[in-house]
Amino acid sequence: MTTNETFAQKALARSAGLRHVQTGQVVDVRPDRILSHDNTAAIARIFAEFGLERVVDPDRLAITLDHAAPPPTPLHAQNHAEVRAFVKTNGVRHFFEVGRGICHQVLSEEALVLPGQLILGADSHSTHFGWLGAFGAGIGRSEVAALWATGELWLRVPESIRIVLEGRLSEGVTSKDLTLHLVGSLGAAGGLYKSVEFTGPGLETLSLESRMVLPNMMAEIGAKNAYLPPDNAVFDWIANRLSARTGVPLATCREEVESGTIYPDHDAQYTNEITFDLSTIEVQVACPHKVDNVQPISAVAGIRVDQAFIGTCTNGRLEDIAAAAEIVKEKHVATGTRLLIIPASSAVLLDATELGYVTTLLKAGAVFGPPGCGPCMGNHLGVPAPGEVCISSANRNFKGRMGEPEAEIYLASPAVVAASAIAGHITAPNPKRHA
Amino acid sequence: MQPLRLPAILPHPILNGMPKKSSSTSPTHQTISGRIWKYGDDINTDVIFPGKYTYTLREPEEMAAHALEDLDPGFASAVQPGDVIVAGRNFGNGSSREQAVTCLRAAGIEAIVAVSFGRIYYRNAINNGLLAIVCPQAVESAEQGQSIQIDPHAHIIIISDQEIEFPALSQTAQKILSAGGLIPYVKQSLKSTAGSTG
Repeated sequence: MTTNETFAQKALARSAGLRHVQTGQVVDVRPDRILSHDNTAAIARIFAEFGLERVVDPDRLAITLDHAAPPPTPLHAQNHAEVRAFVKTNGVRHFFEVGRGICHQVLSEEALVLPGQLILGADSHSTHFGWLGAFGAGIGRSEVAALWATGELWLRVPESIRIVLEGRLSEGVTSKDLTLHLVGSLGAAGGLYKSVEFTGPGLETLSLESRMVLPNMMAEIGAKNAYLPPDNAVFDWIANRLSARTGVPLATCREEVESGTIYPDHDAQYTNEITFDLSTIEVQVACPHKVDNVQPISAVAGIRVDQAFIGTCTNGRLEDIAAAAEIVKEKHVATGTRLLIIPASSAVLLDATELGYVTTLLKAGAVFGPPGCGPCMGNHLGVPAPGEVCISSANRNFKGRMGEPEAEIYLASPAVVAASAIAGHITAPNPKRHA
Repeated sequence: MQPLRLPAILPHPILNGMPKKSSSTSPTHQTISGRIWKYGDDINTDVIFPGKYTYTLREPEEMAAHALEDLDPGFASAVQPGDVIVAGRNFGNGSSREQAVTCLRAAGIEAIVAVSFGRIYYRNAINNGLLAIVCPQAVESAEQGQSIQIDPHAHIIIISDQEIEFPALSQTAQKILSAGGLIPYVKQSLKSTAGSTG
């Protein structure tokens, strides 16, 4: 019997313990994983109001210290101390200290979220986990406190949009350009309340790290979650890490990872379907102060750059740092420009070190920050001055986002950021081809 | 176990940790009356409550002093209890930070009327007892500084003697709002669970 169901319907039915759910139905779901980060201390203060001794199921929690890590002020340090006290009191096993990395990267690397699972996180970029075929959605702090107390939360089953990717990206064009193009085309409310479900032959032309950018930034079109159908490359990636963490034989892990996978039905009902031909995508930049203010790079080429930043949950991975190293090799960052690199995790930093990328980048004049969110939301480690221009591989360029309302933030791929750092102004990696 | 389903709608909310600037005790049970603060589309949480304060400001009053700082620097000092924000599409998009609701609530804002809301913002608003109303018609009529009345029971907004109906909130949202927010709602549910199982 065909059921015509979307990924969102199937995933939420599973999490609610129901056979089928309808779009628009409100269901009580039981997430497999509950994510929080530096905000854990604030959530713990809310949780204390319930008067409960412990959280109901500490093994479902995953907590990272990443948003202001290492702490820049005594208040931030106290916040971290409160998180550690909570972790100890409640026996939270999946806790990751300062320097391990950004929540979405770390939980992926630790295989703490598997295909088909539901993860709810006190972080709007929890849509990230769609890269591996999970349902990831952001929620508020009070909702996390409620989840710690009861294990369940209400969700409305969203309508879904299908995005079909065809073709292959041109040389010099990355999944960040594709994603910015998509955000620019659909707009900041283009996926509001929706499950954004990708499909099409273009997906498998993208590396796994490239794929991660897509669901991560679907938060910027208002999506509830995003979904990429997982393939063997995803199963292998997750299974290897699950086996490494748990000690369970790889073959067993591979079987477990694949067994939970959810695919939408071929005749699932979508509110709309949009097709993008990857071969037509150009190098893109999101201009101040909106993520959907997207322009081809030719429109902004030549704008002076004070700070170039490569990092965040969107684009702080090994292939991003590799792309930057390739571009800056035997060159030097322009006088008057800083190139700041903050790896998304300690694993990324270790790999980048062993592969020589760190040396290449340091020789070119780059500065490295400790794995974490860095200056993305303006806490520390690279806050711009009034009037400065920052080109960044992050996901948001809202006014004041990096801590200074009079700074201008442009969003681009790591390759564009690196090339702009060398030039001292916004430019594509290969000006002959793109500018 | 269905801990988040409550059998009855509770009549008396206590707004959790909020300063009682307003005479109103519940956005769902009393008419709201104040002035309009009108804003455009896609007002994101970074301009409502800057990320640089997220781990250092703890008290609602402190948060209120920075509300809308990077969008409308005059707002925090001029806003009065009972005032209402009226905005365009996708209000509160961006970060999940709940302070973007808490700071407005603490500043005295009783309701936000918008064409649509960012999804996490909408949940955060309801969960903190802040009435979030989707009503494009009211947004079209509203002008900065005008007086506005909202009757949450009758689902009516009054702007310049014009009565505009808005759709009722979902049952779940109504239950949470009636309890005064998610935390009191869950407290009640935990109590009733404990009571029923002994």
